[in-house]
Amino acid sequence: MSASKPAATTKLGKDLLDIDSLTKDEIQLYLDTAESMWEINKRSIKKVPTLRGKLVANLFFESSTRTRFSFEIAERRLSADSISFTAAGSSVSKGETLLDTAKNLMAMAPDAIVIRHQRSGAPHMLARELPCAIVNAGDGAHEHPTQALLDAFTIRRRKGRLAGLRVAICGDVLHSRVARSNVSLLTKMGADVTLSGPRTLMPVGVEQYGARCVNRIEAAVEDADVVMMLRVQKERGGGLGYPNDREFFELFGLTPERRRLARRDAIVMHPGPMNRGVEIDSSVADGPDSAILDQVEAGVAIRMAVLYLLIGSSGEE
Amino acid sequence: MAHAAGTYRKLRLMDPTAMTRAISRLAREIVETEGGTENLALVGIRTRGVPLAQRLAEEINRHEKVRVPVGVLDITLYRDDLTTISHSPVLKRTELSFGVQDRNIILCDDVLFTGRTVRAAIDAVLDFGRPRRIRLCVMVDRGRRELPIESQFVGKKISTSASEIVSVTFRETDGEDDVWLLDRDEVKKTRTAPATSTRSVKKASKKAAARKPTAPPRASKKA
Amino acid sequence: MTDKPILIAGGRVVDPSRGVDQVLDVLMKDGVIARVGERIAAPKGADVFYAEGLVVAPGFVDLHVHFREPGFEHKETIATGTASAAAGGYTTVCCMANTDPVIDDAPAVAFLVRRIRETAKIRVLPIGAVTKNLEGKELSEIGLMKAEGIVAISDDGKPVSNGQLMRRAMEYASMFSLPVVVHAEDPHLAQGGAMNEGLVSTRLGLPGMPNAAESAMVARDLQIAALTGTPLHFAHVSTKESLALIRQARASGVKVTCEATPHHLTLTDDAVSRSRYDTNYKMNPPLRTEEDRQALVDALNDGTIDAIATDHAPHHPDEKALEFADAPFGIIGLETALPVLVDAFLPAKVLSVSRLVELLSTSPCRAFGLQGGTLAEGVSADVVVFSTENKTTFTAEALESRSRNTPWLGRTLRGRVERTYFGGREVYRYDESRRRPAAAPASR
Repeated sequence: MSASKPAATTKLGKDLLDIDSLTKDEIQLYLDTAESMWEINKRSIKKVPTLRGKLVANLFFESSTRTRFSFEIAERRLSADSISFTAAGSSVSKGETLLDTAKNLMAMAPDAIVIRHQRSGAPHMLARELPCAIVNAGDGAHEHPTQALLDAFTIRRRKGRLAGLRVAICGDVLHSRVARSNVSLLTKMGADVTLSGPRTLMPVGVEQYGARCVNRIEAAVEDADVVMMLRVQKERGGGLGYPNDREFFELFGLTPERRRLARRDAIVMHPGPMNRGVEIDSSVADGPDSAILDQVEAGVAIRMAVLYLLIGSSGEE
Repeated sequence: MAHAAGTYRKLRLMDPTAMTRAISRLAREIVETEGGTENLALVGIRTRGVPLAQRLAEEINRHEKVRVPVGVLDITLYRDDLTTISHSPVLKRTELSFGVQDRNIILCDDVLFTGRTVRAAIDAVLDFGRPRRIRLCVMVDRGRRELPIESQFVGKKISTSASEIVSVTFRETDGEDDVWLLDRDEVKKTRTAPATSTRSVKKASKKAAARKPTAPPRASKKA
Repeated sequence: MTDKPILIAGGRVVDPSRGVDQVLDVLMKDGVIARVGERIAAPKGADVFYAEGLVVAPGFVDLHVHFREPGFEHKETIATGTASAAAGGYTTVCCMANTDPVIDDAPAVAFLVRRIRETAKIRVLPIGAVTKNLEGKELSEIGLMKAEGIVAISDDGKPVSNGQLMRRAMEYASMFSLPVVVHAEDPHLAQGGAMNEGLVSTRLGLPGMPNAAESAMVARDLQIAALTGTPLHFAHVSTKESLALIRQARASGVKVTCEATPHHLTLTDDAVSRSRYDTNYKMNPPLRTEEDRQALVDALNDGTIDAIATDHAPHHPDEKALEFADAPFGIIGLETALPVLVDAFLPAKVLSVSRLVELLSTSPCRAFGLQGGTLAEGVSADVVVFSTENKTTFTAEALESRSRNTPWLGRTLRGRVERTYFGGREVYRYDESRRRPAAAPASR
C-alpha cells in the first residue's frame, strides 16, 4: 500500500462485504464521510460531480424497492452513471450462473457492483472473481452492511453517540441480516445490545455474539435508548417459527405499552418494510419517537459515502 | 529545519509581520472594491484558506464595525484529480450557513497556482445558489496557471519554477505565520530539469514533519 | 509377456496385519508378494527400487469413493478415479451406488464390473444401493447384486428415513453377509442445511445442520442393528455424540464399525468463514467444531474408528462455482489423504506410522471382510511406498482426478506417495516435474 498515504486516512478494502470484517476506524470513516453527504442532501442542488464518468451496476436478485432506490439516488447525487438489473430467483432457476451474469457485466467495465442476493456469501464470490468494487446490499441471512451503517448514522444523529447506548433489537433475529450487521457494528462501537425474539427465531450460538439474548421483548426494551424492530420474514418462517401473526403480535410485538418500558427519550427504528400489527403497532411506528423515516434519509448519505470511499479515487497504488 | 521531505528552504517570502500587514491591506482592498460590506461573505477553501478568511473577516469587522459571515468550503468532491490518487481523501464539513444567493462572495485561499482548486471551489459555491459575484483573494500568487483564473486580491505575487513549492503557514493551522519558497533537494544537487510533477507540496508543521518524515503534508492539494 | 519381478529394497516395512515395522526388502513376483525379509537378492532381470528412508506398506483401501460412472462422467470416470486413487497410494476402493442409473440391480452391477475390468488401474469393488433408485421405498436386488460382486449395500448420499425399511434391509442383507453402510442423517433435522449449525453458521447467515441430525440417526440404526444382529458400518462419522453412541453400542455387543474422513479429522466449520464461503469447504456431513474434530482424532487411537475413508466426491468446477447454499456437497480426497494425515498427525505424534497404515489399509479390509491390507507372502502384491518427510504440492495440473474440488489446491503438505504397486505392477510413480507450481498459481 502507498507509503505516502496520510496517517489519518483509514485504508479501506476494495469492497464493502460485511460489517464483521470492518474495524472501528473504518466504521467511523464511513459514518463521518456520510455527514458531509448528508449536508449535500440538504442543498438546493443535491448533486456533486465527484463520480463523473464512473459506472455503477446495481444487481438486485431479490426484490427491494427502498434499498435499490436509495443506491440509485446516491449514485446520481455523486454524478455516477448507473444501471440497474433486477431479477428474482437464484442462479439455478435462472439458467445463468451468478458468476456468468457478473462476468458479462464486468465486460462493460463498471467501477462498482452493488449486489442484493438471497444467498449468503454471493457478494463474496463476486469479490473474489471480479476486479471492481463490490458493495453488499444484503445477502441472504448474512449481512446488510449499509443498513447497519445508516442505522448507526441515524442513532448518532439522534443520540449524539453510539458508545454506552442501550439498544434492543427485537423480533425475527434468525432470518435477519439486518440484525447480524447491527449487532456486529453496535458492539464494535461500544453499544450495549440486547437481542430478543421467540427461541425458534433466535439463531444457534447467537449468545456468543457479544449481545445479551432474551426471549421476552419486555426484558430487551426495558430502559433501552433505541428499540430496533426487525421485520418478521413470513416467507421464510414456514410455520416453524411461531404459530400465527396474532400470537406474535400479542407476545413479541412492539405495542405502545411495551414502548413505555424503554427510556422516555428512546427512539424506535425499523429497517422496513414493516408488517404493521405483527412486529410493530402502527401508533408506535408513526409516533413521535419513530426514527424510521430518518433511517431512509440516512440511507442515501451512507450509500454516497460508501461509493465515494470505494470508487472516488483510483484505488491503484 | 522542518519542511516537507525531499525539499529545502530556498527563500523566505514573508515573515509574520509582512503577513499581518498584507492581510490588513487585503481587507481594505476588499471593502473598497466591493463598495462596502453589504452582502459580502468570505469563504475559506480548506485547509489554509480558512484561517485567511477568518483573519480578513476580523480585520473588516474591526474597521467597519460589522459581522461579515465566514464560510468553509471542502472542495474534495469537486476535484478533477480524484481518479489519479489512490485513496479517497477524508471529507471535512462544508459550512455555508448563510445563503449564497445574491451574495458577493470572496473565495479565500493560501496559494494560487494552477487554478484548479479555485475552479472546483467556484463550482461548489454555485451548487449552493446563485451569488451576485465571486472574487478571489490569495496570500501568494505563484503563477503557472493551467486554467484562465485570476485573483483580484493578492498578498504577494512571485514567479516560480515548476519544481518550486510555495509554503504558506498560519498560526491557526500550523503554529506559525510564515511563507517560504521551497525547492526539491535533487534540483539543488544536480541542477537538472524541473521535476515532472505539477503537484506542489507545502511545508508541513514541525510536529507533522517530525512525525512523518517521508510523507507530504496532508494539505498538498494545491494543484 | 510376464511382468518383471520388482524388489523394493531397504525401506521401512510397516505391515500392521502382522505387527511388522522394520527395515526389510519386499520382493514382488508374478503379481504376488513373493518374499518379505532381510537382504533379499534381486532375481535376474528384476527391477530394484531402493526405498531407504521411505515407508513400504500394504496398499491403501478406501471404503468410500464416488466415481460417478455411469452418468456423471464429466465429474469422474472409473479410469480417472482409479488413477487418482493410485496417486494417493490406494490399491482397493469401494465405490458408492449413487450413479445414473443407480447401481440397484444385477445388470447395473454387471455393467459396472465390466467397465472396471476394462478401465480401472486398481481394484474397484462396487457397493449396491439399499433401495431402488435410492428412493427409500423398496429394496433393491440385493441378492442378485451380491452374485455380481457387490461388497456392501448403501444409499450413501441419502439416508434411509423409513425405519421399517431399514430394518428389512438389514435383515435381508444379513443372509448375504453384506455390511450395511449408513449415511446417518435425519432428513428433517438437516433440511436445507449448508454447513454445521453453530456460531459460524449464524455469523455467516447460512442454514445449519445440527450434530443431532447425524447422531439421532446413528442412535436409531444402532437400535435396529441390535434388533437384527446385522453388521452395520457408519460412513463419515463427524460428531462426538455419534462416536459416544457407537462406543456404547459396541460395548453392548452390537456389530458396528465406522469410518472418518481426512477432512473431518483436520478441518472445522471455521474454515467456511475464513475462506469466505469457499464451496470446497461444503460437504455432507459438514465440517464440525473443534470439539468434534478432537473427539474424532481421539477415536482414531482408541479404536472406535475402524477406517479412514475419503468420501472422494468429485464435482465439476462449474457446479462448485455457485453460491454456497446452491453448490453441491463434497470434495475429492484420494490424492490428498496421505499428505493431509501425515502433515496433521505425524509430526505432532498424534498417530504412529503403524496406526496410520492400519487405519488406511488393514483395518478397513477387516471392516468389510475384504482381502488385502497385508504384505503376507502369497497375497496380491498391492503395495504403497510413501515418505513421511517429503512434501507434496497440490496443483491443478498434477491432480489425476477429473475434478479439482479440494480445499487443499495450491497447498504444500508434508507426506508424499512415491510409488504404488497393484498386483505387482507399478501403477503410480511420483513425478516432480508435474508438481512445479504453475506460472500463475490458482487464486482460490
